[in-house]
Amino acid sequence: MQPRTSEKICGMGHSMKRKEDARFLQGKGNYVDDVKLPGMLYMDIVRSPFAYAKIKSINTEAALAIPGVLAVITGETLAQYNLHWMPTLMSDTQMVLPTDTVMYQSQEVAAVIATSRYIAADGVEAVEVEYEPMQAMVTPFQSMEPGAPVLRTDKEGKTDNLAWHWEHGDREATDKAFASADVVVREKMHIPRIHVASIETCGCVADFDPVEGKLTVYMTTQAPHAVRTVLALVAGHVGLSEEKIRIISPDIGGGFGGKVPVYPGYVVAIAASVVIGKPVKWIEDRSENLQADSFARDYHMDCELAATNEGKIQALRIKTVADYGYTDAAANPSKFPAGLFSICTGSYDMDTAFTEMDAVYTNKPPGGVAYRCSFRVTEAVHAIERMVDVLAQKLQKDPAQLRFNNFIQPEQFPYQSPMGWEYDSGNYPAALQKAMDIVGYEELRREQAEKRARGEFMGIGISSFTEIVGAGPSKHFDILGIKMFDSCELRIHPTGKAIARFGTKSQGQGHETTYAQIIAEELGIPALHVEVEEGDTDTAPYGLGTYASRSTPTAGAAAAKAARKVRNKARKIAAYLLEVSEEDLEWEPGVFTVKGAPDKSTTIQDIAFAAYTNHPQGMEAGLEAVHYYDPPNLTFPFGSYICVVDIDKGTGEIKIRRFVAVDDCGNIINPMIVQGQVHGGLTQGLAPAMYESLIYDEEGNILNGTFMDYLLPTAVETPNWETAHTITPSPHHPLGAKGVGESATVGAPPAIVNAVVDALSPLGVTHLEIPMTPPQIWEILNAHGVAE
Amino acid sequence: MATRTVSITVNGETHTRDVEPRLLLVHFLRENLDLTGTHIGCDTSNCGACTVLLDGKSIKSCTLLAVQAHGKAVTTIEGVAQGGQLHPLQEGFKEKHGLQCGFCTPGMVMRAVELLDKNPDPTEDDIRWGISGNLCRCTGYVNIVKAIQYAAEKMQAEEAVEA
Ligand code: FES
Ligand code: FES
Repeated sequence: MQPRTSEKICGMGHSMKRKEDARFLQGKGNYVDDVKLPGMLYMDIVRSPFAYAKIKSINTEAALAIPGVLAVITGETLAQYNLHWMPTLMSDTQMVLPTDTVMYQSQEVAAVIATSRYIAADGVEAVEVEYEPMQAMVTPFQSMEPGAPVLRTDKEGKTDNLAWHWEHGDREATDKAFASADVVVREKMHIPRIHVASIETCGCVADFDPVEGKLTVYMTTQAPHAVRTVLALVAGHVGLSEEKIRIISPDIGGGFGGKVPVYPGYVVAIAASVVIGKPVKWIEDRSENLQADSFARDYHMDCELAATNEGKIQALRIKTVADYGYTDAAANPSKFPAGLFSICTGSYDMDTAFTEMDAVYTNKPPGGVAYRCSFRVTEAVHAIERMVDVLAQKLQKDPAQLRFNNFIQPEQFPYQSPMGWEYDSGNYPAALQKAMDIVGYEELRREQAEKRARGEFMGIGISSFTEIVGAGPSKHFDILGIKMFDSCELRIHPTGKAIARFGTKSQGQGHETTYAQIIAEELGIPALHVEVEEGDTDTAPYGLGTYASRSTPTAGAAAAKAARKVRNKARKIAAYLLEVSEEDLEWEPGVFTVKGAPDKSTTIQDIAFAAYTNHPQGMEAGLEAVHYYDPPNLTFPFGSYICVVDIDKGTGEIKIRRFVAVDDCGNIINPMIVQGQVHGGLTQGLAPAMYESLIYDEEGNILNGTFMDYLLPTAVETPNWETAHTITPSPHHPLGAKGVGESATVGAPPAIVNAVVDALSPLGVTHLEIPMTPPQIWEILNAHGVAE
Repeated sequence: MATRTVSITVNGETHTRDVEPRLLLVHFLRENLDLTGTHIGCDTSNCGACTVLLDGKSIKSCTLLAVQAHGKAVTTIEGVAQGGQLHPLQEGFKEKHGLQCGFCTPGMVMRAVELLDKNPDPTEDDIRWGISGNLCRCTGYVNIVKAIQYAAEKMQAEEAVEA
């Protein structure tokens, strides 16, 4: 797409270098641990060594005797203020600190407040807690067994460990389709528990000013406004009201969904600051972060696909058992307990589908955040993209051909899915064809045939995913009742420069640059002259924050709409300045010209100046606008990925030789940033496919709760991603954009698994669980006598 | 707790402070000197967010005590730009979009400073292995590799002009 604006204006389509980089490159970022306030105290947390235990006693004496330890806060302390429980964003409940029972290993048990980080840690060592361990239930199957002890005894009348049951689609029609289908394929798959592991952990500095009665919290949150409202609702009874709460989300070192929920540590630090009247800083260690919060996935799915002998897909059925840990601490829209899992029919036109899910409590940390995905889309995409390959293998058809034969065709959009979604736009065959052309699909298949004849294992895997992002239309989407619009407040200064504030919060996505480019596109003010601010609830307009790839679809749209409101007023001022009527004016970015009189024109900068110095009588002075954008629909980005792997017969190692990603996120604001998002997303797709999974033993002990053993891909494991795109604009988004932050994380894992299964298919392999590790592959090779 | 006096030259300026012997160098830099550009991303010496130069060698400052740096010279990200001029690596990271959230960036840059010092003309593989002790969760490394290549080329070109 050719940019419409000049390099100087730098509107949409320009690969503008990022405005935020200057501070990050010189060590001048301002992350939460960089905040230092006068008199600031430090908090550290005592955590449970057991996954399930009664607390018999907590002895704080020795800790309090350490010079510099000021307080030890326990569940009993908080109970005095009725603050020992809090709601989760899913309307479940969660202990802030326990009064009698711990429910997962590393659960927060007590907090030590001290004058330094080191003394706080000494204090933690000195707190003595006596536990009476109980048998933990580590899998959802254990906790669903008849007679299993009920974990959530805090919930009145609870007789089992089911958090909720959810159904979606047409059960009857689907069962019927399966009963009469030529071919049914079935595969069980586990999407393991993984962790977002942003390189910055979570933390906050809570600063209560007892004189003003005002609480300021610097906090690693992706959704500062929602946090403020939740705090006002849960702490209203202790005197905190919403206008006296200010949440500041400073620079954030990666979020990926892990910084949406409210964790106990935040609440305890706030309580400590309110009680002591001094600022209190709490920063998690990496191990605490890995062991106690930010979990994603943990779905056990039983998937079936019904098709004709020719390979026409007719129906999909998925039954899932979901492990939510001790409480449902996800951050899904409230009407969607399983998030947007119902996108599971994917890119394929089928008659009917049905899915049901049991969400189960276990003795694992609270689960359910979305690891860089729009509310459970990753699990859904994994299911359908794997199943399409399973079907292709069963029918001995080429997986690309099977996809082409089943794709929703370009002319079917807007497409009504059997699950009730209206896909806005798409051209799936074009994306897959492009990926095949780039990778050289036919040639690779020939090479594969030769290699197979020689007993070598090479595989080609495809994933043609459809995402669903940009939550969302207020009719259906809310979090705790707050509608999921987002906002932009735009103010043009007299000299034609601007400041724009948003309800979202960048965690690396580059909002300071892309939002400025949107405003540049709409107003012709150079993007460099547009200051972008987010994250301070005292100044930013209300919005639900950044996650689920929603910033461009919602706040990006709000920016365009606010800028258009400004342009409408600018047109009136221009007409006044040029002494013509509004209809006589023509707009090109930055300039109004009188039709037919090219020398009679006025710039947006002149107009801005006039808005403060020479505005028409009867018109309000100033040039600014606010827009709260309520999207009419979600957006449906898509793409086709092709992965090529070679298997080392000696070690079982999977070598990704090539990975081609063709993404379509509609119109592109900044191609450089979009590509960066795809690179990062692909790497967070590679991670669960081959490396990451949190492992627990039967006692509920986490076995890999540090960066020594929870394996993030390094530069060595990460392949050289090849990216390209097609452009199918969203028909309902003001800029035709769709959002791209998570596409690659969602789309990549099945491409990689499909490639490895394809490589091993001569051995009869039809499915592999993730993460696919060298020992697992070597075992298979060895069992068939082909390991070297 | 008893303290020790340490004298550490950081970015060319010598700082003398009384510190607890257990104080980590990274905390000395961040909390005693307010040089918060050096970050902390783990507690097991795996992430590299805390990388600084100690007498020109890149080290993980979370794995060294401040007392061990006594009498030595430390360079942090704050000391890399010279005379208001970004270092070619800083420029490369911006040009090639080698950073997103920026949290790993100071450590990556410091590691790359030593890498290019030792190996001014690295292959892609040299770079990938060279930064394998530094984790980035945002970029997928492709553009970090390009940023380091950009700097290598620029620095070699500059050297050629000077020679
Ligand atoms: S903080 Fe992770 S290696 Fe130093
Ligand atoms: S840019 Fe975020 S961790 Fe590297």
